Amino acid sequence: MAVENLAPVEKKEQIEESFVYLDDEIEKSHSKLVVKDVNGWFGSKQALKSININIKPNSVTAFIGPSGCGKTTLLRCLNRMHEMTTGAKITGEVLLDGLNIYDKAINPVIIKRRIGMVFQKPNPFPTMSIQDNVAAGLKLNGVRDRNLIQDIVEDSLKGAALWNEVKDELDKPGVSLSGGQQQRLCIARALAMQPEVLLMDEPTSALDPLASSKIEELISNLRERVTIIIVTHNMQQAARVSDFTAFMYLGELIEYGATNQIFKNPKKDLTERYISGKFG
Amino acid sequence: MIVMNSEKNNPKNNENKQYTDKINNYIKKKYKRRIITNKLVTILTIISVVVAVIPLGSILIEVIKNGSEAISIEFLTQKPGALGSGKGGIGPAIQGTLIIIGLSSALSVPVGMLTGIYLSEYSKNNRFSTVVRFVNDVLTGLPSIVIGIVGYVTLVLTLGSYSVLAGAFSLSIIMIPIIVRVTEETLKLVPNSLREAGYSLGLSKTKITLNIVLSTAKSGVLTGIVLAISRIAGETAPLIMTILGTSLFFSSFTGPVDALPLRIWRLASQPYESAHSFGWGAALILIVIVLFLGVGLRVLIRKNLAKVEM
Ligand SMILES: Nc1ncnc2c1ncn2[C@@H]1O[C@H](COP(=O)(O)OP(=O)(O)O)[C@@H](O)[C@H]1O
Ligand SMILES: [Mg+2]
Repeated sequence: MAVENLAPVEKKEQIEESFVYLDDEIEKSHSKLVVKDVNGWFGSKQALKSININIKPNSVTAFIGPSGCGKTTLLRCLNRMHEMTTGAKITGEVLLDGLNIYDKAINPVIIKRRIGMVFQKPNPFPTMSIQDNVAAGLKLNGVRDRNLIQDIVEDSLKGAALWNEVKDELDKPGVSLSGGQQQRLCIARALAMQPEVLLMDEPTSALDPLASSKIEELISNLRERVTIIIVTHNMQQAARVSDFTAFMYLGELIEYGATNQIFKNPKKDLTERYISGKFG
Repeated sequence: MIVMNSEKNNPKNNENKQYTDKINNYIKKKYKRRIITNKLVTILTIISVVVAVIPLGSILIEVIKNGSEAISIEFLTQKPGALGSGKGGIGPAIQGTLIIIGLSSALSVPVGMLTGIYLSEYSKNNRFSTVVRFVNDVLTGLPSIVIGIVGYVTLVLTLGSYSVLAGAFSLSIIMIPIIVRVTEETLKLVPNSLREAGYSLGLSKTKITLNIVLSTAKSGVLTGIVLAISRIAGETAPLIMTILGTSLFFSSFTGPVDALPLRIWRLASQPYESAHSFGWGAALILIVIVLFLGVGLRVLIRKNLAKVEM
């Protein structure tokens, strides 16, 4: 199985063959991700209520909303992580370039390769070196080509703006880095899989302001490489880094639009009250 | 009480002066008591350490004092000489102990670790895992003589002779529950965010369990294995009923063999001065073996694990 996953190019072709471009879905084909009527549960508790959202390619989209409104849950529905939680359930479709990631025929490993994730707290693998952390996804999925791995490690660390700081100590344990560096290491680890979409769940909430601003800068630069969705409860951050903003409340998507519009001229009263700090 | 000075300059605190005065009084009272408590606790811990270390240390000193005279090349490599002659050595016992430890570990480490991994990573706390956990706890508390009887009934009687296999089987039953428990507990300490990071990279559950979870928890699991080995290295009761003991070197896995605890017990129950001296010597060797295995295994496996991480 691992060897199969080694040939992303072949797989991509296979996946592309199964694309369906229906007339009424042309609009959707311009989106990198299309979330269609997604409902999510933890046991009997519904955490997501009929979410519909289209994510534009090479953009940064921010999910904002008060704590517990379902931002993390929605994010985890986008790379099939939600179903890993015991008792968790999901209905609806998530289309990646028109392909439903919940389709039974799809290799879930390919989905994980195409949609990367960065977590709230930096979580480098504690027993692995910096180098091995970045290479972990490739090596453990069966990639053997050392030169390829070496090239990708360097490219990913550069992509995560960490290369200059660590290039002379790639053999040091990943956990020996500072918090901000660890988070960038985790971004490099995700980038190594050559994802098309990068999901980030409050990636700076465990970091100091300086480290946070580095990550924000990085996010802006990464836009050219991947489509980014970032969960944040920091509204200034959403305003700074994102092109589009989705405001969620109690498991529902209340308003979604260009970040400028959401912050300057929200259509919904609820959004306006949240943006202006009246609750949250 | 520098804190109090700065409090005076704070107008907000002046408003609530009646509160702060009261609170400060409590803090002061409590603080005096705290200094005394701290001293008391410190003294108590030191006393406890001394109480714990003195018997341990004196046993060790006694063993070294009485045992070191007996030790020679002959003592370490030869078969026991004629009764009371003060000749020969404990070669078969050392050999037997190493074989028994090796075989028991070979049986119990895989079984124990896999069970622990199952309980921690795969079982999702179903009814079966509750039963396994319960049985495991019961096994941990089983007196070793009972385990010896089980070994005697199941293997010695059916195979028709005392044997290395029966001994290793019985000792495995002592080792497995320890390894299961320690493996499960240490794996559970590995933060879930590491597993999630693995899933987000598309890794299989097996890869995540082996290369991330187990690799992160390896030193804890290793401690459990060393603990289990130390526990069985000195076991005597189950061995009396399973390997019997002999003054000959190892011949086959289905035949009897000697072991250090058995030899010590035999030597100690002989009425000769020379036998007692040999007994102390054998005890010293047993301690050295356990110590060496504990430290050696740690160093060795830690190095190897680091290499095969990927
Ligand atoms: N593992 C879980 N089990 C049960 N309920 C959960 C779990 N994770 C989240 N929830 C619930 O789902 C809702 C949405 O949570 P989440 O997506 O984490 O919110 P957010 O990320 O916006 O703070 C909350 O009400 C939360 O209590
Ligand atoms: Mg969250």
